[in-house]
Amino acid sequence: MSSQPLRPVPGPDDASEPFWEACARHVLLLQACGGCGTLRFPPRPMCPRCNSFEQAWVPASGRGRVWSWVIAHPPVLPAFADRAPYNVIVVELDEGVRMIGNLLETPNEEIAEGMPIEVAWEDVEDGVSLPQWRPTQ
Amino acid sequence: MNDYPRDAAAIVGVGHTEFSKNIGRPERTIALEAIKMALDDAGLTAKDVDGLVKFSLENTMEVEIVRNLGIPNLSFFGDVGYGGGAGCGAVGHAAMAIATGVAETVVVWRARNRGSGGRPWATRPTNKQPGEMQWFLPFGLSRPVDQIAMLTRRHMIEYGTTQEHLGHVATSVREHATRNPNAMMRKPMTMDDYLAARWVSEPLRLFDCCLESDGALAFVLTTPERAAALKQPAVLVRAASQGIGPDHLVMANYFTANPLDTPARYAAQELWRLAGMGPDEIDCAQFYDAFSPLIVISLEEYGFCKPGEGGPFAAEGNLKLGGALPSNTSGSSLSEAYVHGMNLILEGVRQLRGTSTSQVENCENVLVTSGNGVPTSSLVLRKP
Ligand SMILES: [Zn+2]
Repeated sequence: MSSQPLRPVPGPDDASEPFWEACARHVLLLQACGGCGTLRFPPRPMCPRCNSFEQAWVPASGRGRVWSWVIAHPPVLPAFADRAPYNVIVVELDEGVRMIGNLLETPNEEIAEGMPIEVAWEDVEDGVSLPQWRPTQ
Repeated sequence: MNDYPRDAAAIVGVGHTEFSKNIGRPERTIALEAIKMALDDAGLTAKDVDGLVKFSLENTMEVEIVRNLGIPNLSFFGDVGYGGGAGCGAVGHAAMAIATGVAETVVVWRARNRGSGGRPWATRPTNKQPGEMQWFLPFGLSRPVDQIAMLTRRHMIEYGTTQEHLGHVATSVREHATRNPNAMMRKPMTMDDYLAARWVSEPLRLFDCCLESDGALAFVLTTPERAAALKQPAVLVRAASQGIGPDHLVMANYFTANPLDTPARYAAQELWRLAGMGPDEIDCAQFYDAFSPLIVISLEEYGFCKPGEGGPFAAEGNLKLGGALPSNTSGSSLSEAYVHGMNLILEGVRQLRGTSTSQVENCENVLVTSGNGVPTSSLVLRKP
């Protein structure tokens, strides 16, 4: 047994499985309503706008901006202890939806609201990749 | 729509254990202690109780309360969800049961050994995160403080709210706690003390966070008619509301159109409609304060300030006794104890009984709120 604390990984459900399956291939997909086209994140079975159960998965641009961020200091989960203090950001994608991630390749003190960022994949386990973010190159 | 039954139930008994880091007794025991004290306070017994309302997160079930207390016939029971958002809603459910005649005397309680019981966020069993956690935990957004810090940073970006504003919130609340013998933190705190404290999740520091506490509280409610014959002055439930806004996701509603509109924005609108009054008529407020910025956001959402004015309002001293809106007059979650906000309801009752250690003169109407990062609830309590 490894003594390395287990890193939390996504536990896909019926609604999110296509999202995480695409992430494993380093493709960022967004769930869209099959009835009215409204994007929704996180994924779910029904469109809150038109109540359609129809859905489509559309490629995201992978570009966005920093909407907010925190710097987490100890005590944190054991799996994150060796990287504290570490950042967590909310990114607003160009498509308008927001998601949570970490901003890589950036000192914590250089993070700023509105920074242009792009998706950068982090492989955390066999078959599990997280959409992460780095300054737009 | 029928008229909302205002003032149709009264809080007639309160009970609470001591608040401590390690109370040394199980949650079940302290739940029963608090309920017994609340019944004694009212001059009622278990024979009078026909309803119970609890938090969904409560670990002691109704059957345990019934068979320990000796309740002969429990005909109404229910629970309210979302942790810190539940307290005022639980009292509201009890009041609705009484107003409709479904029950006559209802107990609401919460027992939580959180000081000695470890950190719930650190003990999730597996590395595969289900439900909403799959979107947060793989990135290390793991603690409630991280989730609220994220909203706080956005509030700072949009409105210029500062760390000193939050410091004024924390020091105002502490000033009240210095006079409250029940409070766990009674040492005076200066702005320098506040700013020197360590970071927990930037932009939040240690003193922006509530205490980790053990403790239990209970309230007994009954009809205003019956209340008039009991030992304590009745405290009427003027109105209670609940709220979940659009596209909300538990503690991190960053996915809504305007995440700075927390569920409290919706609970507030409903509360003022049901109560038939507005913020101008409130003499004293007890805002849910798992974290200091929640007071700033609540000031704005409940209509005491415009968006962005909550921080300056606190900095002007308005939250202190003698200020425009004395708030969290017991020291509340930041300095008295954190029992999922139930001690805020207790302090609302104390203010209306005239027994607060930071008593507001001529206090007639009190606002109490529950947690506004989560689906939430609120109350207006008043004197008959
Ligand atoms: Zn639709």
